[in-house]
Amino acid sequence: MTVRRALTALAPLGLIAGLNFSIFNFACADTLQDASRLLRQGQQAQALEQVDKYLADKPKDAQARFIKGTALTEMGRTNDAIAIFNKLIEDYPTLPEPYNNLAVIYAQQKQYDKARLALEAAIRTNPAYATAQENLGDIYARLASQAYGKALQLDSSNGSAQTKLALIRELTSTTSRTTPPSITPEHKPATPPAVPVVPPTTTPPVIAAAPTTKPAEAIPAPTKVEPSKTEPAKVEPPKTETKPEVKPEAKPDAEVARAIEAWAAAWSKKDVKAYLARYAKDFKVPGGGSRAAWETERAQRVGKPGKIAVSVDNIKVSADSADQVTVKFRQNYKSATLSSSATKTLVLVKRDGKWLILQERVGG
Amino acid sequence: MRMRSLAIPAGISILVAGYFFSSDTFGSKLSQAVAHTFSAQAGEAQTQLTPIPGDTPEAQLTQVFARIEKNQLDLALEQAEALTDKYPTFRLGQLVKGDLLLARAQPISTFGNVNNAPQDKLADLRDEALARLRAYRSQPPANSIPEYLLQLQPEQKYAIVVDTQLSRLYLYQNDDGTPKLINNYYISQGKLGADKFREGDQKTPLGVYRIVGNLTRDKIGDFYGGGAWPLNYPNDWDRRNGRNGHGIWLHGVPSDTYSRPPKASNGCVVLANPDLDTVASHLQIGLTPVVIASSVDWLTPDEWKSERKDILGAIDSWRRDWESRDGQRYASHYSTTFNADGIDYTTWTAQKLAVNASKSWIRVDTDKLTLFRYPGKDDMVVATFMQDYKSNNLNNSMMKRQYWLKENGQWKIIYEGAA
Repeated sequence: MTVRRALTALAPLGLIAGLNFSIFNFACADTLQDASRLLRQGQQAQALEQVDKYLADKPKDAQARFIKGTALTEMGRTNDAIAIFNKLIEDYPTLPEPYNNLAVIYAQQKQYDKARLALEAAIRTNPAYATAQENLGDIYARLASQAYGKALQLDSSNGSAQTKLALIRELTSTTSRTTPPSITPEHKPATPPAVPVVPPTTTPPVIAAAPTTKPAEAIPAPTKVEPSKTEPAKVEPPKTETKPEVKPEAKPDAEVARAIEAWAAAWSKKDVKAYLARYAKDFKVPGGGSRAAWETERAQRVGKPGKIAVSVDNIKVSADSADQVTVKFRQNYKSATLSSSATKTLVLVKRDGKWLILQERVGG
Repeated sequence: MRMRSLAIPAGISILVAGYFFSSDTFGSKLSQAVAHTFSAQAGEAQTQLTPIPGDTPEAQLTQVFARIEKNQLDLALEQAEALTDKYPTFRLGQLVKGDLLLARAQPISTFGNVNNAPQDKLADLRDEALARLRAYRSQPPANSIPEYLLQLQPEQKYAIVVDTQLSRLYLYQNDDGTPKLINNYYISQGKLGADKFREGDQKTPLGVYRIVGNLTRDKIGDFYGGGAWPLNYPNDWDRRNGRNGHGIWLHGVPSDTYSRPPKASNGCVVLANPDLDTVASHLQIGLTPVVIASSVDWLTPDEWKSERKDILGAIDSWRRDWESRDGQRYASHYSTTFNADGIDYTTWTAQKLAVNASKSWIRVDTDKLTLFRYPGKDDMVVATFMQDYKSNNLNNSMMKRQYWLKENGQWKIIYEGAA
């Protein structure tokens, strides 16, 4: 469940947390990288052996201590792991990862309140830290589920309660999420939005952005007089089903909008190659890590099994220059177990006639 | 004019609509829904909720809702957590906390956004939320007096009025003859509502009752919480109207819950245990009146005085006309529909005429008079008093009860008997 995903994400930590490289010591990178690799391969004992060797030389090394803590977590030596992560937090209070892994252990122990506090701390250190955001979303959902259980007196003898909990278990182990909850303590807007509230849409969230072919519709209904139905079935261009709720005066630049919809469609289809192709060569990796590490991480997440649908609406384009635009829109994400909707901002640049993503961030 | 602040249309349940929001507009949608729930009456302007100060669970719940209304969701969650930490069995608080937590993880679309929830339980909690919110919006005007409490006798230190439509119990203190509101509390009533008629109809009776006993927890078990205080249902008016059943109590809730849904009992009036404890500390067995009504009109002190003067004048006039031994004047106080235990108007007045004519003098005093407007559509008052009757050849003291009905602007007695 939560643990597995979090650890998978944390295993290549050296890559993900590139931002923090400056504080790590890479003198004996080989040993450390070996440990990291062994950990990824599930050989915790060997990883521990390697990292202990390394630590004998450099007992203060943060990366090594982190890998050790993670190995210990996976080996079930949670008290030792907690001690290591707590010490790391003490020494490096601005690193989100130790908080995150601490939260994973607490969640394992069903101490959701403690897990929540740790994750909230992780996000305070780094609001863009996606894993902590996702984990925190899971914890909130779990805490909500507990509260609902108390509200409605759901217990183990109650079938619906079990279904509900099983649902959450599945969500935490099989889905990938890149959209953090739009509301976090730190992100709460200080003032209510000035724009009028978007009226609640009655259409359910999009299930798939892929083009749908409906052979049944090809047969003209003989008695119906609706002109649209009497036309032969025409192939609709792939597009998202949610109608953009855009005011006429705020018409998005058609090219840019198409680029963003194609990006969402590639994501929905889990077409990693097409998805990554939407990013410019000089894409500014969130957190400042390497492009390669980011691609690996995205490939892993976007390509994860399970049906998802990503759609966009409310696209607002503002031109920064002739070949650069800033686009804000609402990103709707739906999987079997989760649907979320959040404002996203992309900066796109035009290269060789194609609009490519230069920057990506959650929020307006 | 009477202040009828509580005229809630029956169709209000459609307003338990929920929050209706999507994630990035979560706050405003949630606030809209709360505001919407509060402005339940058609045509009523939406006003901001003023939270109840204090740290009772209900006060805290109003603070949570007020914060949701102001789009202060983090504060709302903090408050909800403080509430459920202290009162973990307050299920409605847990539900709202669940919504506030879940809203951080995903869009939620309704009040009590629980997948696969047992719908009946969810509906119960929604009903409770609505009942509590309605009551916050319908607090009695300051210094107002419920129409039912026209006169308490000095030994009655307290009085209770229950509004079944609002799921509310009002506890009054007898402040030198004037009822003063101490506090009001959420209650549950019968599963099928109010206006009990028959044994087993799962309804709460409407009428003027009093506390007639106390059953302690060790005798009746945990289900009734802090204990039970039986009422004298069916009273003489109920019996006269063919109403039956028994065992209508004021009682608490089982220890595994803070409160029960608005419609939950078999006809009893149910309070949260801490509230029951407070109310119970004011109950006088045999004395404390409990008026159960489907709605309450709140009188200003002047209106109350004027209503009292009207009925007190009628009773005093009846007493003096009896003393006058003038049969016609005495009979003028009785309705032609009068009927007491099979004795109709003609028989009654003929009998009294004969008795009165035989006397050389009569003196009638009333003491310990209580006057309650009787709930229902008729303009009726029940008077109970100690009647001290003296005449040249007979002295008699008795507790008497009379039902006075306003007919064509005149108060007339339609039923009279020993209390």
